[in-house]
Amino acid sequence: MEVTLNWYLMLSALLFVIGVLGVLFRRNVIVILMSVELMLNAVNLTLVALAQNMGDPAGQILVFFVIAVAAAEAAVGLAIIIAIFRNRLTVDVTEINLFKY
Amino acid sequence: MAAQILFFLLATVAIAAGLGMLLSKSPVSSALWLILNLFCIAGLYLTLNAEFIAVVQILVYAGAIMVLFLFVIMLLNLDALPDVNNIEWKRVFGFTLGMGVLALLWFAVASSLDILPYKISAGRAAEVGSATSLGEVLFTQYAMPLEVIGILLLAATIGAVMIAKRKPV
Repeated sequence: MEVTLNWYLMLSALLFVIGVLGVLFRRNVIVILMSVELMLNAVNLTLVALAQNMGDPAGQILVFFVIAVAAAEAAVGLAIIIAIFRNRLTVDVTEINLFKY
Repeated sequence: MAAQILFFLLATVAIAAGLGMLLSKSPVSSALWLILNLFCIAGLYLTLNAEFIAVVQILVYAGAIMVLFLFVIMLLNLDALPDVNNIEWKRVFGFTLGMGVLALLWFAVASSLDILPYKISAGRAAEVGSATSLGEVLFTQYAMPLEVIGILLLAATIGAVMIAKRKPV
């Protein structure tokens, strides 16, 4: 029987959906950032599965770069959260409405 | 066969940990569930013969990024910290047993439908995932993006320090 990628792709789609639900339904900013990390991981899993299936190292190089950008994103995002918390004393996204109007 | 069972176990625990992150009330337990999820994804990379990416995943994600998250959660003092002294072994045992049974059921269903995942190891794939082959490509063909990523990380570090710095009043 031939190699099947389908299970890896289905698993990463499921993890991506869990991440999307976390971004949509959670109110804590930190948990929302963690959900974004989960979505990045789901996409990384897709990239690695496809790269290994095709025998091409370019996909894994891309995963390496995605991990580096995720680290930068987490650092800047958490710094922004700390700066907002210092002013507003909250991490609830429904109360952080500085740019709403 | 062993690789398929391993895949189902890791996938089940990864999905359960994602749901745990989504549903748990305390941000600290959300972070711990996400760490479990990241370890499972690293295990899945190992089943795909991508050793270098698996190690980088554990080092950078579980080691650095999640520690940063936990650090910020504890710095902001949002929630009463969960009591680490009494791990409820009954619940740990129940979680492990439940995930094992779920993985077994999925494995049975998939094998009866004849759609089992096969280990992707067609000879050439094994040498693609190693640090040697990735390093060769990374430092020749993708040397320029590597430098740019270095500058990006430096900029992000400086930016994070500048944003989080207490403003002089």
